[in-house]
Amino acid sequence: MIGTTAGLWLAVVASGLYHGVNPGMGWPLAVSAALMERRTGALWRALAGLAAGHLVAMVAILMPFAVMTLLIDWQREIRIAAGIVVIALGLWIFVTKRHPRFLARVKPTRLALWSFLVALAHGAALMLVPIYLGLCRAEDLDTAHRAAEALMSRNLTVALGVALIHTAAMIAAGGAVAWGVYRWLGLKFLTRGWFDLERVWAASLILVGVLALATA
Amino acid sequence: MNLRPDPTFYPSAKLAMEGPPEKLAFTLMLSPDGSQPDGLAVVDVDPKSKTYSQIVHKVIMPNKGDEFHHFGWNACSSALSPLTGHAFLERRYLIIPGIRSSRIYVVDVKEPLKAKIHKIIEPEEVFAKTGYSRPHTIHCGPEGIYVSTLGGGGKDGTDGPPGIFIMDCETFDVIGRYEIDRGSQDKQYDFWWNLPRDYMVSSEWGLPPQFENGIVAEDLLSNKYGHRIHFWNLRERRNVQTIDFGENHQMALEIRPAHDPVKEYGFCGVVVDTTNLEGSIWTWWREGGKWHAKKTVTIPPQPADPDDLPDLLKGFSAVPPLVTDIDLSLDDKYLYVACWGTGEMHQYDVSDPMKPTLAGKVELGGIVARHKHPNGKDFGYGPQMVEISRDGKRVYWTNSLYSTWDDQFYPGERGGAMVKADVGAKGGLTLDKDFFVEFPKGYRSHQIRLEGGDCSTDSFCYPSA
Repeated sequence: MIGTTAGLWLAVVASGLYHGVNPGMGWPLAVSAALMERRTGALWRALAGLAAGHLVAMVAILMPFAVMTLLIDWQREIRIAAGIVVIALGLWIFVTKRHPRFLARVKPTRLALWSFLVALAHGAALMLVPIYLGLCRAEDLDTAHRAAEALMSRNLTVALGVALIHTAAMIAAGGAVAWGVYRWLGLKFLTRGWFDLERVWAASLILVGVLALATA
Repeated sequence: MNLRPDPTFYPSAKLAMEGPPEKLAFTLMLSPDGSQPDGLAVVDVDPKSKTYSQIVHKVIMPNKGDEFHHFGWNACSSALSPLTGHAFLERRYLIIPGIRSSRIYVVDVKEPLKAKIHKIIEPEEVFAKTGYSRPHTIHCGPEGIYVSTLGGGGKDGTDGPPGIFIMDCETFDVIGRYEIDRGSQDKQYDFWWNLPRDYMVSSEWGLPPQFENGIVAEDLLSNKYGHRIHFWNLRERRNVQTIDFGENHQMALEIRPAHDPVKEYGFCGVVVDTTNLEGSIWTWWREGGKWHAKKTVTIPPQPADPDDLPDLLKGFSAVPPLVTDIDLSLDDKYLYVACWGTGEMHQYDVSDPMKPTLAGKVELGGIVARHKHPNGKDFGYGPQMVEISRDGKRVYWTNSLYSTWDDQFYPGERGGAMVKADVGAKGGLTLDKDFFVEFPKGYRSHQIRLEGGDCSTDSFCYPSA
């Protein structure tokens, strides 16, 4: 199962990079902050805010699932339910293309809050759930049965690990793009380099959900 | 479906200035007596074109009596803000409100020469969902399309204060009122904002009974028109400060914030000072967490023989400049000031916003002066709604203020027109002899919008630095 585990951790990193380069997850706000304040320091501070919001959203979504993994008899059902929820959100985004207006009410200075809300609203955090459940399962198969307490503590650690590694990858990718635009590419990149990822994003959610169902 | 942002969205004002020059303009046509339906004229402004300076297409509305005044785009450069998630909207629809009927038209100009009506929002929907009437200024912003109104509820629009409402930027459904806490704001005219700094500024004209049937001289002389500007926390929808220019500064109209969001200042034009008939420009700015405002330009009236003056002005033996519109170039360098009464367009260098200096001037029309256009034609009225090209090199304007007010200051039917002036490399303003658009008989001309955005449309989320 080493292969599966490594693959899943790779998926955690890859999804982080993917979220990071997506302008909708906030790197242009870091560019704006640096330009508004005319200091590079503002760019790092904005990225820290975006990372904090993203991390909290990941933890908030993963923790309940970490607790639920205690229901050992229901593992399959939980994985199927998670897959269905992810697919449903993907389909909803794919079909409606509507943006939640409450995001526009967040003040431009509250980047951490904005990043938290956007990661929830667009399903960035939810995308990680099937991957996380896969990880819990892979390790279970390795170690067979354990005491509930040990299992719980291990699954929480894995959840935290997933959230941290994913967010680190996300902010590394987003930060690299933000720095590149701020330092070298210039604002023109915003109009040339910004692609409509909405359908692709929705499709990614559906894909992750389908994989989760297929392997459940 | 766009996979990339609309090419007319620019992250900063500086990048907008580097965009391609406009080839078409959209200008509102209004029937002052409501005998014909109002319309949208598409004007050729490409000097290389055979139809340069001609109306090449018209969209005529299905109703009469709307009275078109101001209008705006469904989307502008502010759509590039990741906060709102609307980077892939198209700048495609013009939102045109009728300030007399409260009806709103959404016109699809994707193919400008085949522009057509996309949707009509009937007055009843506006009344029912907002309690406001007489929609006026349009800006696309964080929560959708923002529309300022001049009237409250009731038949004469005085049942409750006027304000701003929001429309959905995709379906154009009226969502509801903007204000959560309006403070002492009880009149409304223009509004604009600084999106990253999260503030909005709004101004005051007067209530519907004070303008719909003409200017009310008694109200003006007793200083009952608006003379205050309001500062809002944009996303909290709260009025945080009100500045009173002094009650003699009647009609604080156009709000023009610096386009570069790093700058926390802007301008407001005041039509007339009732103590001396001067027009004035005020600079407002934020310092120490508070808003301040100061009169930075005054334009004196010009003495005149009462025999040459309309009834309204005979007693004063002078023509007031009547500062009815102002517009700021995208580099925040030149402020254009329309003096509708005296017939002048002033160009101020506002590089130092606290010390504007007159850099150029064009004389055209005027109540008494009646300056002719270089092509020999009469301009009829005075310079009024002004619009500047994105690159700042061309300035366009029309000549009507508002149907009933035109008739008081410039009696008789004098012909709607649109002209253009070229800006010199070091400032200065010269009328283009070859550009003079005469509007169809019975129509007057009002606000101008330029293809791909202009200097009173787009809000930028990134600095020009």
